[in-house]
Amino acid sequence: MDLDVLTVASTRAAVAEKQTTATALVDAFYAKIEAEDPAIGAYLTLSKERAYRQATKIDQLADTGDELPPLAGVPVAIKDVFTTKDIRTTAASKTLDNFNAPYDATVVSRLEEAGAIILGKTNCDEFAMGSSNENSGFYPVHNPRDLTRVPGGSSGGSAAVVAAGTAVASIGSDTGGSIRQPAAFCGVVGLMPTYGRCSRYGLIAFASSLDHPGPFGKTVKDTALMLQAMAGRDPLDSTTADVPVPNYCEHVGEEIAGMKIGVPLEYFEDGLDPDVRAGVEFGIQELANAGAEIVPLSLPHTTYAIPTYYVIATAEASSNLARYDGVRYGLRSSEGKTLSEMYRRTRDAGFGAEVKRRIMLGTYVLSAGYYDAYYLKAQRVRSLLARDFDDAFAKVDVIVTPTTPTPAFKLGEKADDPLAMYLADIFTVTADLVGIPGISIPCCKSKEGLPIGMQILGKHFDEATVLRVAHVAEHALAARAE
Amino acid sequence: MVSDKDVSYVADLAHLELTDEERTRMLKDLNSILGYIDRLNELDTSNVEPMEQVASRYGEREEEAGGFGYAMREDQPRPCLPRDEAMKNAPATDGTFFKVPKVIER
Repeated sequence: MDLDVLTVASTRAAVAEKQTTATALVDAFYAKIEAEDPAIGAYLTLSKERAYRQATKIDQLADTGDELPPLAGVPVAIKDVFTTKDIRTTAASKTLDNFNAPYDATVVSRLEEAGAIILGKTNCDEFAMGSSNENSGFYPVHNPRDLTRVPGGSSGGSAAVVAAGTAVASIGSDTGGSIRQPAAFCGVVGLMPTYGRCSRYGLIAFASSLDHPGPFGKTVKDTALMLQAMAGRDPLDSTTADVPVPNYCEHVGEEIAGMKIGVPLEYFEDGLDPDVRAGVEFGIQELANAGAEIVPLSLPHTTYAIPTYYVIATAEASSNLARYDGVRYGLRSSEGKTLSEMYRRTRDAGFGAEVKRRIMLGTYVLSAGYYDAYYLKAQRVRSLLARDFDDAFAKVDVIVTPTTPTPAFKLGEKADDPLAMYLADIFTVTADLVGIPGISIPCCKSKEGLPIGMQILGKHFDEATVLRVAHVAEHALAARAE
Repeated sequence: MVSDKDVSYVADLAHLELTDEERTRMLKDLNSILGYIDRLNELDTSNVEPMEQVASRYGEREEEAGGFGYAMREDQPRPCLPRDEAMKNAPATDGTFFKVPKVIER
Protein backbone atom coordinates (compact mmCIF):
# COMPACT_ATOMS: atom_id res chain seq x y z
CA MET A 1 0.00 0.00 0.00
CA ASP A 2 1.41 3.40 -1.02
CA LEU A 3 1.11 5.51 2.11
CA ASP A 4 1.91 8.72 0.22
CA VAL A 5 -1.38 8.71 -1.66
CA LEU A 6 -3.70 7.71 1.18
CA THR A 7 -6.49 10.16 1.89
CA VAL A 8 -8.88 10.15 4.84
CA ALA A 9 -11.64 8.57 2.75
CA SER A 10 -9.42 6.01 1.00
CA THR A 11 -7.82 4.94 4.29
CA ARG A 12 -11.19 4.31 5.91
CA ALA A 13 -12.39 2.47 2.80
CA ALA A 14 -9.27 0.26 2.78
CA VAL A 15 -9.92 -0.72 6.40
CA ALA A 16 -13.65 -1.17 5.88
CA GLU A 17 -13.15 -3.33 2.76
CA LYS A 18 -10.44 -5.38 4.49
CA GLN A 19 -7.70 -4.47 2.01
CA THR A 20 -5.65 -3.84 5.10
CA THR A 21 -6.09 -3.63 8.86
CA ALA A 22 -5.74 -0.60 11.07
CA THR A 23 -2.93 -2.41 12.91
CA ALA A 24 -1.02 -3.06 9.68
CA LEU A 25 -1.44 0.60 8.77
CA VAL A 26 -0.04 1.72 12.10
CA ASP A 27 2.93 -0.66 11.59
CA ALA A 28 3.55 0.82 8.15
CA PHE A 29 3.29 4.43 9.32
CA TYR A 30 5.67 3.92 12.23
CA ALA A 31 8.16 2.24 9.90
CA LYS A 32 7.92 5.21 7.54
CA ILE A 33 8.25 7.69 10.41
CA GLU A 34 11.33 5.92 11.70
CA ALA A 35 12.90 5.94 8.25
CA GLU A 36 11.98 9.43 7.10
CA ASP A 37 11.22 11.66 10.06
CA PRO A 38 14.76 12.05 11.44
CA ALA A 39 15.64 14.23 8.42
CA ILE A 40 12.45 16.28 8.84
CA GLY A 41 12.03 16.49 12.62
CA ALA A 42 8.25 16.78 12.48
CA TYR A 43 7.46 14.49 15.41
CA LEU A 44 8.32 15.16 19.04
CA THR A 45 6.63 12.14 20.63
CA LEU A 46 5.16 8.93 19.24
CA SER A 47 2.12 7.53 21.04
CA LYS A 48 2.53 3.90 20.02
CA GLU A 49 0.67 2.25 22.87
CA ARG A 50 -2.37 4.42 22.36
CA ALA A 51 -2.21 4.05 18.57
CA TYR A 52 -2.11 0.25 18.68
CA ARG A 53 -4.89 0.14 21.28
CA GLN A 54 -7.13 2.21 19.01
CA ALA A 55 -6.11 0.19 15.92
CA THR A 56 -7.11 -3.03 17.67
CA LYS A 57 -10.46 -1.52 18.52
CA ILE A 58 -11.06 -0.46 14.91
CA ASP A 59 -10.01 -3.89 13.59
CA GLN A 60 -12.42 -5.61 15.96
CA LEU A 61 -15.16 -3.28 14.82
CA ALA A 62 -14.32 -3.98 11.16
CA ASP A 63 -14.59 -7.73 11.88
CA THR A 64 -18.18 -7.30 13.04
CA GLY A 65 -19.09 -5.87 9.63
CA ASP A 66 -20.89 -2.93 11.26
CA GLU A 67 -20.71 0.56 9.76
CA LEU A 68 -17.35 2.06 10.73
CA PRO A 69 -17.13 5.59 12.16
CA PRO A 70 -16.16 8.35 9.68
CA LEU A 71 -12.41 8.44 10.44
CA ALA A 72 -12.01 4.73 11.22
CA GLY A 73 -8.39 3.66 10.99
CA VAL A 74 -7.11 7.04 9.78
CA PRO A 75 -3.63 7.70 11.23
CA VAL A 76 -3.39 11.33 12.35
CA ALA A 77 -0.87 13.52 14.14
CA ILE A 78 -1.59 16.13 16.79
CA LYS A 79 0.27 19.42 17.20
CA ASP A 80 1.96 19.28 20.57
CA VAL A 81 -0.06 22.20 21.91
CA PHE A 82 -3.10 19.96 22.39
CA THR A 83 -3.18 17.99 25.60
CA THR A 84 -3.26 14.19 25.31
CA LYS A 85 -3.99 12.13 28.38
CA ASP A 86 -0.89 10.37 29.71
CA ILE A 87 1.09 11.28 26.60
CA ARG A 88 3.87 13.85 26.85
CA THR A 89 2.55 17.29 25.89
CA THR A 90 5.28 19.93 25.58
CA ALA A 91 4.08 22.87 23.43
CA ALA A 92 7.66 22.43 22.11
CA SER A 93 8.90 24.17 25.26
CA LYS A 94 11.57 23.03 27.69
CA THR A 95 9.16 24.31 30.34
CA LEU A 96 6.88 21.33 29.65
CA ASP A 97 9.53 18.76 28.67
CA ASN A 98 8.21 16.20 31.14
CA PHE A 99 4.55 17.15 31.24
CA ASN A 100 2.03 14.32 30.91
CA ALA A 101 -1.39 15.88 30.54
CA PRO A 102 -4.14 14.57 32.83
CA TYR A 103 -6.86 14.95 30.19
CA ASP A 104 -7.45 15.02 26.42
CA ALA A 105 -8.23 18.18 24.50
CA THR A 106 -11.82 18.05 23.22
CA VAL A 107 -10.73 17.98 19.56
CA VAL A 108 -8.39 15.08 20.32
CA SER A 109 -11.07 12.99 22.00
CA ARG A 110 -13.55 13.83 19.23
CA LEU A 111 -11.12 12.65 16.54
CA GLU A 112 -10.54 9.42 18.42
CA GLU A 113 -14.27 8.89 18.94
CA ALA A 114 -14.63 9.26 15.17
CA GLY A 115 -12.15 6.38 14.75
CA ALA A 116 -8.92 8.25 14.05
CA ILE A 117 -5.64 6.77 15.29
CA ILE A 118 -3.25 9.16 17.02
CA LEU A 119 0.29 8.39 15.86
CA GLY A 120 2.01 11.09 17.87
CA LYS A 121 2.60 14.70 18.69
CA THR A 122 4.11 17.12 16.22
CA ASN A 123 6.82 19.72 16.59
CA CYS A 124 5.96 23.41 16.44
CA ASP A 125 7.24 26.80 17.48
CA GLU A 126 7.41 27.05 21.27
CA PHE A 127 3.91 27.80 22.59
CA ALA A 128 2.90 28.27 18.93
CA MET A 129 4.92 31.50 18.71
CA GLY A 130 6.66 31.69 15.39
CA SER A 131 6.36 31.49 11.63
CA SER A 132 9.18 29.07 10.76
CA ASN A 133 9.31 26.34 13.41
CA GLU A 134 12.81 27.47 14.28
CA ASN A 135 11.53 28.51 17.72
CA SER A 136 10.94 24.92 18.81
CA GLY A 137 12.61 24.31 22.16
CA PHE A 138 13.82 20.94 20.86
CA TYR A 139 14.78 20.99 17.17
CA PRO A 140 13.61 22.80 14.03
CA VAL A 141 11.42 21.14 11.41
CA HIS A 142 12.66 20.91 7.84
CA ASN A 143 10.29 21.37 4.92
CA PRO A 144 9.77 17.94 3.29
CA ARG A 145 9.55 19.63 -0.17
CA ASP A 146 13.06 21.11 0.32
CA LEU A 147 14.97 20.20 3.46
CA THR A 148 17.00 23.44 3.40
CA ARG A 149 13.80 25.44 3.88
CA VAL A 150 11.46 26.04 6.79
CA PRO A 151 8.06 24.35 6.83
CA GLY A 152 6.42 27.53 8.15
CA GLY A 153 4.97 27.87 11.57
CA SER A 154 3.87 27.58 14.07
CA SER A 155 2.17 24.29 13.11
CA GLY A 156 5.14 23.32 10.92
CA GLY A 157 5.31 19.72 12.15
CA SER A 158 1.63 19.12 11.44
CA ALA A 159 1.98 20.50 7.89
CA ALA A 160 5.20 18.53 7.32
CA VAL A 161 3.78 15.13 8.33
CA VAL A 162 0.98 15.49 5.77
CA ALA A 163 3.45 16.64 3.08
CA ALA A 164 5.84 13.79 3.91
CA GLY A 165 3.07 11.20 4.14
CA THR A 166 4.07 10.29 7.70
CA ALA A 167 0.43 10.82 8.73
CA VAL A 168 -2.71 10.90 6.61
CA ALA A 169 -3.99 14.08 8.26
CA SER A 170 -3.21 16.21 11.29
CA ILE A 171 -4.40 19.06 13.43
CA GLY A 172 -2.82 22.36 14.33
CA SER A 173 -3.76 25.70 15.81
CA ASP A 174 -3.94 29.07 14.06
CA THR A 175 -3.46 32.29 16.04
CA GLY A 176 -1.94 34.52 13.35
CA GLY A 177 -1.64 32.12 10.41
CA SER A 178 -0.16 29.07 12.08
CA ILE A 179 -2.24 26.58 10.08
CA ARG A 180 -2.56 28.34 6.72
CA GLN A 181 1.02 29.62 6.41
CA PRO A 182 2.74 26.22 6.96
CA ALA A 183 0.11 24.58 4.73
CA ALA A 184 1.15 27.01 1.97
CA PHE A 185 4.89 26.40 2.56
CA CYS A 186 4.51 22.61 2.59
CA GLY A 187 2.02 22.29 -0.29
CA VAL A 188 -0.87 20.82 1.70
CA VAL A 189 -4.38 21.97 2.62
CA GLY A 190 -4.80 23.76 5.95
CA LEU A 191 -8.14 24.96 7.28
CA MET A 192 -8.70 27.50 10.03
CA PRO A 193 -12.35 27.26 11.08
CA THR A 194 -14.34 30.17 12.50
CA TYR A 195 -13.42 31.26 16.01
CA GLY A 196 -15.76 29.27 18.25
CA ARG A 197 -16.33 26.45 15.74
CA CYS A 198 -13.84 24.05 17.37
CA SER A 199 -13.27 23.80 21.08
CA ARG A 200 -10.12 25.21 22.65
CA TYR A 201 -10.49 23.00 25.73
CA GLY A 202 -7.10 21.34 26.14
CA LEU A 203 -5.41 23.67 23.65
CA ILE A 204 -2.48 25.19 25.55
CA ALA A 205 -3.37 28.87 25.47
CA PHE A 206 -1.27 31.35 23.51
CA ALA A 207 -3.74 34.18 22.76
CA SER A 208 -7.18 33.07 23.86
CA SER A 209 -9.22 35.46 21.72
CA LEU A 210 -7.30 34.37 18.61
CA ASP A 211 -6.51 30.64 19.02
CA HIS A 212 -8.28 28.43 16.46
CA PRO A 213 -7.86 24.63 16.28
CA GLY A 214 -8.11 23.25 12.74
CA PRO A 215 -7.11 20.40 10.41
CA PHE A 216 -4.47 19.72 7.75
CA GLY A 217 -4.99 17.25 4.92
CA LYS A 218 -3.77 16.33 1.46
CA THR A 219 -7.10 17.38 -0.02
CA VAL A 220 -9.91 19.81 0.69
CA LYS A 221 -12.24 16.89 1.31
CA ASP A 222 -9.87 15.47 3.93
CA THR A 223 -9.99 18.72 5.87
CA ALA A 224 -13.80 18.71 5.56
CA LEU A 225 -13.94 15.20 7.05
CA MET A 226 -11.57 16.16 9.86
CA LEU A 227 -13.49 19.35 10.63
CA GLN A 228 -16.75 17.40 10.74
CA ALA A 229 -15.38 15.34 13.62
CA MET A 230 -13.84 18.31 15.44
CA ALA A 231 -16.55 20.95 15.13
CA GLY A 232 -19.37 21.93 17.42
CA ARG A 233 -20.33 23.30 20.76
CA ASP A 234 -18.34 22.12 23.77
CA PRO A 235 -19.68 22.76 27.28
CA LEU A 236 -16.03 22.95 28.40
CA ASP A 237 -15.30 26.00 26.21
CA SER A 238 -17.74 28.87 26.63
CA THR A 239 -16.41 30.53 23.48
CA THR A 240 -17.64 27.69 21.28
CA ALA A 241 -20.82 28.79 19.59
CA ASP A 242 -24.15 27.04 19.51
CA VAL A 243 -24.35 27.15 15.72
CA PRO A 244 -25.49 23.98 13.89
CA VAL A 245 -22.67 22.07 12.16
CA PRO A 246 -23.65 21.31 8.55
CA ASN A 247 -22.58 18.20 6.66
CA TYR A 248 -19.47 19.71 5.09
CA CYS A 249 -18.90 16.93 2.57
CA GLU A 250 -22.29 17.63 1.00
CA HIS A 251 -20.94 21.02 -0.03
CA VAL A 252 -17.62 19.70 -1.30
CA GLY A 253 -18.29 19.08 -4.98
CA GLU A 254 -21.02 21.69 -5.44
CA GLU A 255 -20.58 24.14 -8.31
CA ILE A 256 -19.74 27.80 -7.82
CA ALA A 257 -21.34 29.34 -10.92
CA GLY A 258 -22.72 32.77 -10.08
CA MET A 259 -20.86 32.99 -6.81
CA LYS A 260 -19.17 36.32 -6.06
CA ILE A 261 -15.47 36.12 -5.22
CA GLY A 262 -13.74 39.19 -3.82
CA VAL A 263 -10.11 39.96 -4.61
CA PRO A 264 -8.66 42.62 -2.28
CA LEU A 265 -6.16 44.87 -4.02
CA GLU A 266 -4.15 45.39 -0.79
CA TYR A 267 -3.02 41.76 -0.98
CA PHE A 268 -1.46 42.17 -4.42
CA GLU A 269 0.73 45.23 -3.89
CA ASP A 270 4.43 45.67 -4.61
CA GLY A 271 6.56 43.33 -2.57
CA LEU A 272 4.46 40.29 -3.37
CA ASP A 273 6.73 37.60 -4.80
CA PRO A 274 6.15 37.49 -8.60
CA ASP A 275 5.74 33.70 -8.63
CA VAL A 276 3.17 33.89 -5.82
CA ARG A 277 1.31 36.63 -7.70
CA ALA A 278 1.30 34.63 -10.93
CA GLY A 279 0.23 31.43 -9.16
CA VAL A 280 -2.65 32.98 -7.27
CA GLU A 281 -3.83 34.98 -10.29
CA PHE A 282 -3.88 31.70 -12.21
CA GLY A 283 -5.96 30.16 -9.41
CA ILE A 284 -8.41 33.07 -9.46
CA GLN A 285 -8.75 32.69 -13.24
CA GLU A 286 -9.70 29.04 -12.70
CA LEU A 287 -12.48 30.15 -10.35
CA ALA A 288 -13.68 32.62 -12.99
CA ASN A 289 -13.59 29.82 -15.56
CA ALA A 290 -15.82 27.81 -13.22
CA GLY A 291 -18.44 30.54 -13.46
CA ALA A 292 -17.67 32.69 -10.43
CA GLU A 293 -17.84 36.44 -10.72
CA ILE A 294 -14.54 38.08 -9.68
CA VAL A 295 -15.13 41.29 -7.72
CA PRO A 296 -12.15 43.58 -7.06
CA LEU A 297 -12.49 45.19 -3.64
CA SER A 298 -10.58 46.98 -0.91
CA LEU A 299 -9.79 46.02 2.69
CA PRO A 300 -8.35 49.44 3.55
CA HIS A 301 -6.94 48.65 7.00
CA THR A 302 -4.89 45.62 5.92
CA THR A 303 -1.57 47.33 6.60
CA TYR A 304 -2.54 47.77 10.28
CA ALA A 305 -3.22 44.08 10.88
CA ILE A 306 0.31 43.02 11.89
CA PRO A 307 0.85 45.81 14.45
CA THR A 308 -2.65 45.19 15.86
CA TYR A 309 -1.95 41.49 16.09
CA TYR A 310 1.39 41.88 17.87
CA VAL A 311 -0.20 44.04 20.56
CA ILE A 312 -3.23 41.83 21.19
CA ALA A 313 -1.51 38.45 20.82
CA THR A 314 1.43 39.34 23.04
CA ALA A 315 -0.78 40.97 25.68
CA GLU A 316 -2.89 37.83 25.92
CA ALA A 317 0.21 35.62 25.83
CA SER A 318 1.89 37.49 28.68
CA SER A 319 -1.15 36.78 30.80
CA ASN A 320 -1.59 33.16 29.67
CA LEU A 321 2.06 32.28 30.20
CA ALA A 322 2.10 33.64 33.75
CA ARG A 323 1.00 30.16 34.84
CA TYR A 324 4.43 28.64 34.10
CA ASP A 325 5.89 29.39 37.48
CA GLY A 326 7.33 26.02 38.49
CA VAL A 327 4.70 25.32 41.13
CA ARG A 328 1.95 23.04 39.82
CA TYR A 329 3.57 21.44 36.78
CA GLY A 330 6.43 21.91 34.38
CA LEU A 331 10.03 22.83 34.91
CA ARG A 332 11.22 24.20 38.23
CA SER A 333 14.68 25.69 38.67
CA SER A 334 16.38 24.46 41.82
CA GLU A 335 18.38 27.67 42.07
CA GLY A 336 15.89 30.07 43.61
CA LYS A 337 16.06 30.51 47.38
CA THR A 338 12.89 32.58 47.68
CA LEU A 339 9.59 32.06 45.85
CA SER A 340 10.13 35.11 43.66
CA GLU A 341 13.65 34.02 42.76
CA MET A 342 12.39 30.53 41.97
CA TYR A 343 9.77 31.97 39.57
CA ARG A 344 12.36 34.06 37.74
CA ARG A 345 15.01 31.35 37.47
CA THR A 346 12.39 28.84 36.32
CA ARG A 347 11.00 31.13 33.64
CA ASP A 348 14.48 32.20 32.49
CA ALA A 349 15.50 28.55 32.08
CA GLY A 350 12.25 27.26 30.56
CA PHE A 351 11.36 29.83 27.91
CA GLY A 352 13.16 30.44 24.62
CA ALA A 353 14.10 33.85 23.19
CA GLU A 354 10.93 34.46 21.15
CA VAL A 355 8.63 33.51 24.03
CA LYS A 356 10.51 35.88 26.35
CA ARG A 357 10.33 38.62 23.72
CA ARG A 358 6.55 38.24 23.43
CA ILE A 359 6.02 38.07 27.19
CA MET A 360 8.04 41.28 27.55
CA LEU A 361 6.20 43.05 24.73
CA GLY A 362 2.82 41.92 26.05
CA THR A 363 3.65 42.95 29.60
CA TYR A 364 4.86 46.32 28.33
CA VAL A 365 1.69 47.11 26.33
CA LEU A 366 -0.47 46.19 29.32
CA SER A 367 1.62 48.07 31.89
CA ALA A 368 0.47 51.23 33.67
CA GLY A 369 0.45 54.22 31.33
CA TYR A 370 0.57 52.17 28.13
CA TYR A 371 -2.70 50.21 28.27
CA ASP A 372 -4.76 52.87 26.45
CA ALA A 373 -2.02 53.77 24.01
CA TYR A 374 -1.34 50.24 22.89
CA TYR A 375 -3.80 47.60 24.05
CA LEU A 376 -7.03 49.58 23.85
CA LYS A 377 -5.88 51.22 20.63
CA ALA A 378 -5.22 47.82 19.06
CA GLN A 379 -8.66 46.58 20.12
CA ARG A 380 -10.23 49.58 18.42
CA VAL A 381 -8.27 48.93 15.24
CA ARG A 382 -9.39 45.29 15.49
CA SER A 383 -12.94 46.65 15.10
CA LEU A 384 -11.88 48.57 11.98
CA LEU A 385 -10.41 45.39 10.51
CA ALA A 386 -13.66 43.56 11.26
CA ARG A 387 -15.60 46.39 9.64
CA ASP A 388 -13.51 46.02 6.45
CA PHE A 389 -14.63 42.40 6.23
CA ASP A 390 -18.25 43.16 7.16
CA ASP A 391 -18.37 45.62 4.25
CA ALA A 392 -16.67 43.18 1.89
CA PHE A 393 -18.91 40.27 2.79
CA ALA A 394 -21.97 42.42 2.13
CA LYS A 395 -20.85 42.27 -1.52
CA VAL A 396 -19.13 38.90 -1.97
CA ASP A 397 -19.41 35.27 -0.79
CA VAL A 398 -15.70 34.60 -0.27
CA ILE A 399 -12.42 36.49 -0.56
CA VAL A 400 -9.37 35.04 -2.33
CA THR A 401 -5.78 36.12 -1.63
CA PRO A 402 -2.25 34.71 -1.54
CA THR A 403 -1.64 32.88 1.77
CA THR A 404 1.91 34.21 2.14
CA PRO A 405 3.94 36.96 0.43
CA THR A 406 6.72 34.50 -0.56
CA PRO A 407 7.22 30.74 -0.83
CA ALA A 408 9.08 28.92 2.00
CA PHE A 409 12.30 30.68 3.00
CA LYS A 410 15.59 29.08 4.06
CA LEU A 411 16.30 27.99 7.62
CA GLY A 412 18.16 30.78 9.38
CA GLU A 413 17.15 33.40 6.81
CA LYS A 414 14.95 35.46 9.14
CA ALA A 415 15.93 33.98 12.48
CA ASP A 416 17.70 37.15 13.68
CA ASP A 417 15.06 39.67 12.66
CA PRO A 418 11.80 39.24 14.58
CA LEU A 419 10.01 41.96 12.62
CA ALA A 420 10.87 40.38 9.25
CA MET A 421 9.61 37.07 10.61
CA TYR A 422 6.34 38.65 11.80
CA LEU A 423 5.69 39.98 8.28
CA ALA A 424 5.52 36.38 6.98
CA ASP A 425 1.99 36.38 8.47
CA ILE A 426 0.86 39.59 6.80
CA PHE A 427 -1.92 37.92 4.75
CA THR A 428 -3.12 35.56 7.46
CA VAL A 429 -3.36 37.53 10.74
CA THR A 430 -6.44 39.54 9.83
CA ALA A 431 -8.72 36.52 9.64
CA ASP A 432 -7.62 35.52 13.16
CA LEU A 433 -8.40 38.98 14.50
CA VAL A 434 -11.83 39.05 12.82
CA GLY A 435 -12.60 35.41 13.63
CA ILE A 436 -13.59 34.34 10.10
CA PRO A 437 -12.68 30.97 8.57
CA GLY A 438 -9.92 30.56 5.99
CA ILE A 439 -8.25 27.80 4.05
CA SER A 440 -4.95 27.56 2.22
CA ILE A 441 -4.75 25.25 -0.77
CA PRO A 442 -1.72 24.48 -2.95
CA CYS A 443 -1.88 26.62 -6.09
CA CYS A 444 0.86 26.22 -8.72
CA LYS A 445 4.59 26.19 -7.92
CA SER A 446 7.36 28.77 -7.93
CA LYS A 447 10.13 28.65 -10.55
CA GLU A 448 12.23 26.83 -7.97
CA GLY A 449 9.49 24.22 -7.61
CA LEU A 450 8.27 25.40 -4.21
CA PRO A 451 4.59 25.23 -3.27
CA ILE A 452 2.46 28.38 -3.38
CA GLY A 453 -0.67 28.76 -1.26
CA MET A 454 -3.95 30.38 -2.22
CA GLN A 455 -6.11 31.53 0.67
CA ILE A 456 -9.92 31.54 0.63
CA LEU A 457 -11.65 33.47 3.42
CA GLY A 458 -15.36 33.19 4.23
CA LYS A 459 -18.06 34.58 6.46
CA HIS A 460 -18.32 33.58 10.12
CA PHE A 461 -19.40 29.92 10.41
CA ASP A 462 -19.54 29.54 6.62
CA GLU A 463 -16.76 26.97 6.32
CA ALA A 464 -19.06 25.10 3.91
CA THR A 465 -18.74 27.80 1.23
CA VAL A 466 -14.99 28.11 1.82
CA LEU A 467 -14.60 24.34 1.33
CA ARG A 468 -16.84 24.37 -1.73
CA VAL A 469 -14.79 27.08 -3.48
CA ALA A 470 -11.51 25.48 -2.40
CA HIS A 471 -12.60 22.14 -3.83
CA VAL A 472 -13.47 23.66 -7.22
CA ALA A 473 -10.09 25.40 -7.37
CA GLU A 474 -8.25 22.26 -6.26
CA HIS A 475 -9.81 20.17 -9.01
CA ALA A 476 -9.39 22.76 -11.75
CA LEU A 477 -5.72 23.21 -10.80
CA ALA A 478 -5.12 19.46 -10.66
CA ALA A 479 -6.70 18.99 -14.11
CA ARG A 480 -4.49 21.82 -15.42
CA ALA A 481 -1.34 20.25 -13.97
CA GLU A 482 -1.96 16.92 -15.70
CA MET B 1 11.47 54.78 23.27
CA VAL B 2 11.96 51.90 25.67
CA SER B 3 14.90 52.45 28.05
CA ASP B 4 17.11 50.08 30.03
CA LYS B 5 15.05 51.02 33.07
CA ASP B 6 11.82 50.04 31.28
CA VAL B 7 13.29 46.66 30.36
CA SER B 8 14.17 46.03 34.02
CA TYR B 9 10.75 47.18 35.20
CA VAL B 10 8.85 45.03 32.68
CA ALA B 11 11.09 41.99 33.26
CA ASP B 12 10.30 42.33 36.94
CA LEU B 13 6.55 42.46 36.26
CA ALA B 14 6.84 39.40 34.02
CA HIS B 15 8.92 37.43 36.54
CA LEU B 16 11.85 37.19 34.16
CA GLU B 17 15.42 37.88 35.16
CA LEU B 18 17.23 37.93 31.78
CA THR B 19 20.99 37.98 31.29
CA ASP B 20 22.79 41.22 30.35
CA GLU B 21 23.03 39.95 26.82
CA GLU B 22 19.29 39.21 26.72
CA ARG B 23 18.53 42.69 28.09
CA THR B 24 20.58 44.41 25.39
CA ARG B 25 18.87 42.37 22.71
CA MET B 26 15.44 42.96 24.28
CA LEU B 27 15.95 46.73 24.27
CA LYS B 28 16.76 46.66 20.56
CA ASP B 29 13.92 44.31 19.62
CA LEU B 30 11.23 46.04 21.70
CA ASN B 31 12.12 49.41 20.21
CA SER B 32 12.07 48.03 16.70
CA ILE B 33 8.70 46.27 17.17
CA LEU B 34 7.07 49.15 19.08
CA GLY B 35 8.29 51.54 16.39
CA TYR B 36 6.36 49.45 13.89
CA ILE B 37 3.32 49.28 16.18
CA ASP B 38 3.28 53.09 16.45
CA ARG B 39 1.80 53.28 12.98
CA LEU B 40 -1.56 52.47 14.61
CA ASN B 41 -1.57 56.12 15.69
CA GLU B 42 -2.14 57.11 12.06
CA LEU B 43 -5.74 56.01 12.59
CA ASP B 44 -8.39 58.08 14.32
CA THR B 45 -10.24 55.57 16.50
CA SER B 46 -11.98 58.00 18.84
CA ASN B 47 -15.44 56.80 17.80
CA VAL B 48 -14.59 53.11 17.41
CA GLU B 49 -15.60 50.52 19.98
CA PRO B 50 -12.83 48.17 21.11
CA MET B 51 -13.21 44.53 20.03
CA GLU B 52 -12.01 42.33 22.88
CA GLN B 53 -13.45 39.09 21.58
CA VAL B 54 -15.02 37.78 18.39
CA ALA B 55 -18.20 37.33 20.42
CA SER B 56 -18.15 40.91 21.66
CA ARG B 57 -18.70 42.11 18.12
CA TYR B 58 -20.62 39.23 16.59
CA GLY B 59 -21.93 37.00 19.29
CA GLU B 60 -23.91 38.84 21.90
CA ARG B 61 -26.85 39.66 19.72
CA GLU B 62 -29.86 37.39 19.96
CA GLU B 63 -29.65 34.50 17.53
CA GLU B 64 -32.68 35.80 15.61
CA ALA B 65 -30.83 39.07 15.09
CA GLY B 66 -27.91 37.30 13.43
CA GLY B 67 -25.83 36.55 16.51
CA PHE B 68 -24.19 33.23 17.11
CA GLY B 69 -25.69 32.30 20.46
CA TYR B 70 -22.61 31.69 22.55
CA ALA B 71 -24.72 29.77 25.03
CA MET B 72 -23.78 29.39 28.64
CA ARG B 73 -23.96 25.92 30.11
CA GLU B 74 -25.95 24.95 33.18
CA ASP B 75 -24.00 25.61 36.34
CA GLN B 76 -24.07 22.08 37.68
CA PRO B 77 -21.43 20.43 39.84
CA ARG B 78 -19.42 17.81 37.99
CA PRO B 79 -16.65 15.52 39.15
CA CYS B 80 -13.28 17.25 38.91
CA LEU B 81 -9.79 15.89 38.43
CA PRO B 82 -8.79 13.63 41.34
CA ARG B 83 -6.08 15.17 43.53
CA ASP B 84 -3.43 12.57 42.73
CA GLU B 85 -3.90 13.10 38.98
CA ALA B 86 -3.90 16.88 39.33
CA MET B 87 -0.66 16.73 41.31
CA LYS B 88 1.24 14.07 39.41
CA ASN B 89 3.12 16.66 37.30
CA ALA B 90 4.09 18.84 40.23
CA PRO B 91 7.83 19.41 40.74
CA ALA B 92 7.45 19.14 44.54
CA THR B 93 4.55 18.10 46.75
CA ASP B 94 4.04 16.59 50.17
CA GLY B 95 1.25 14.45 48.73
CA THR B 96 -1.45 16.92 49.69
CA PHE B 97 -0.05 20.34 48.85
CA PHE B 98 2.34 21.87 46.33
CA LYS B 99 5.65 22.72 47.97
CA VAL B 100 7.38 26.02 47.21
CA PRO B 101 10.39 27.88 48.63
CA LYS B 102 9.75 29.95 51.72
CA VAL B 103 7.50 32.96 51.01
CA ILE B 104 7.85 34.93 54.25
CA GLU B 105 11.23 35.79 55.75
CA ARG B 106 11.31 35.37 59.50
